Amino acid sequence: MSNFWNIWVWVLTLGSLVGCFLLLRMCLKNFAGVEEGESMGHTFDGIEELNNPLPKWWSTFFLVTIVWAFGYIALYGLGSWTGALGWKSSNQGILNLAESKAKTLEYLEKDSGVLVQYDREVAAADAKFGPIFEAYAARSIEDLATDEEALKVGQRLFIQNCSQCHGSDAHGTTGFPNLADKDWLYGGSPEAIKATIMNGRIASGMMAWEGALGGDQGVKEVAAYVISLSGRSVDPDLAKAGKGKFALCAGCHGSEGQGSLALGLPMGAPNLTDNIWLYGGSKRAIEESIRNGRAGVMPPWKDILGEEKVHLISSYVYSLSQD
Amino acid sequence: MKNSHEKVEKNVGLFFLFTVFAISIGGLVEITPLFFQKELATPVDNLKPYTALQMEGRDIYIREGCSNCHSQMIRPFRAETERYGHYSVAGEHVWEHPFLWGSKRTGPDLARVGGRYSDDWHIAHLTDPRSVVPESNMPAYNWLNTNTLDGEITGKKLATFNFLTRNRSHKDENGKAIPLYTQAEIDGAKDAVKGKTEMSALIAYLQSLGHALK
Repeated sequence: MSNFWNIWVWVLTLGSLVGCFLLLRMCLKNFAGVEEGESMGHTFDGIEELNNPLPKWWSTFFLVTIVWAFGYIALYGLGSWTGALGWKSSNQGILNLAESKAKTLEYLEKDSGVLVQYDREVAAADAKFGPIFEAYAARSIEDLATDEEALKVGQRLFIQNCSQCHGSDAHGTTGFPNLADKDWLYGGSPEAIKATIMNGRIASGMMAWEGALGGDQGVKEVAAYVISLSGRSVDPDLAKAGKGKFALCAGCHGSEGQGSLALGLPMGAPNLTDNIWLYGGSKRAIEESIRNGRAGVMPPWKDILGEEKVHLISSYVYSLSQD
Repeated sequence: MKNSHEKVEKNVGLFFLFTVFAISIGGLVEITPLFFQKELATPVDNLKPYTALQMEGRDIYIREGCSNCHSQMIRPFRAETERYGHYSVAGEHVWEHPFLWGSKRTGPDLARVGGRYSDDWHIAHLTDPRSVVPESNMPAYNWLNTNTLDGEITGKKLATFNFLTRNRSHKDENGKAIPLYTQAEIDGAKDAVKGKTEMSALIAYLQSLGHALK
């Protein structure tokens, strides 16, 4: 803050405090020319105005607030002066995260003379919870998946951060995978689950196939074949025609439609034989998937949550499909 | 001493003047100096101007009144930063006209919502919030799927932001201000948004939120 604004703040603040005091002192004097408790000579509707002084409790409290203000300024500062506590709510002037971190470390030093309320709050919480998270981070995901306490923490974190897409029971919804079954797009091992949460899964997605399949008829044929893979009854002629065209799909979904995971491929193409449908298993939904393609995205969480929390969420998610 | 207080008590105009004077002191001390603080007018290092599409999305955010229920201001309390990320700082908002901090949270804070959910999720959620969050009491905004942008005044919007932020933009090595948008970007703004749905604009805006502090 420049000198001018510093002086501005000081003069106006102290000036108004002194002004309040003078106003109070003036109002405590009797200058009405009438004895205290006597009539001011003003009656209205049978009610008479008396020259009553300000209530003692009121004027005392007024005075106390003025004294309080000086104490408050001494502790918390005024203008550029930070006061005896060196108090700030947060580090507002930062321009990047590295600067934020550096300032936090600097001001947490005992002799820095600055007390950043937020940083103190976080440091206190870290001292309390840090060792707990650290201990969890040192254990394997399989191990944590049998620890009820750890799962409770993991569940809280899941509900906070993951339930918006996967549902608060982790059963997913159309377009957002069910995490409580044994059907996985990218793998259900502890490592695969953790990698998915940490780095996200930004698949190139399934392309729109209507053109390549020769229009609507091709889409219908392949859809019929895909439906038949999970043992549902379809028009056999359509399915037969679709089977021939399914070669185009085999690159990702496998020649038997068993999905990319079974083939050890990383693109997250679903298994089409298990009658579990991410985007709906109706004829119409399957045709739409083939016609327009799909592109599900799992965002990366490592920068938002940090590895320790992701580790706990991974153990919770892993535990859901273990029985 | 004469009873001079009587003058104020019996003269509404004078009483009004004194009242305005007394009330204004708080603002003069707490608010006015902030206008002149460099710290509060310096953009954070990674602050990027909205693209034409994001700018249109921002106007839809304003039109639909999103800021009535969603704040964009993470306060420096651990309870908030654990949920939303690093607290908001002044340098992230120096190009906002008007700022969309909001003052009420019926829904969650959105200051760092960018990248937290996929575009597909946003489409599903804005079209029918309860399809993905059954507990939600957010209204559905399904018309965003069918309304399209014509881009007639998008270029003008960008040019206006160049003007509004002229004293607070990034500086090059010689200390010269870099305008938010080049003339080519302003000229190309219409083509960049024309025919796109309002849904895609709003999602582009939402996905852009919160990446400036890195």
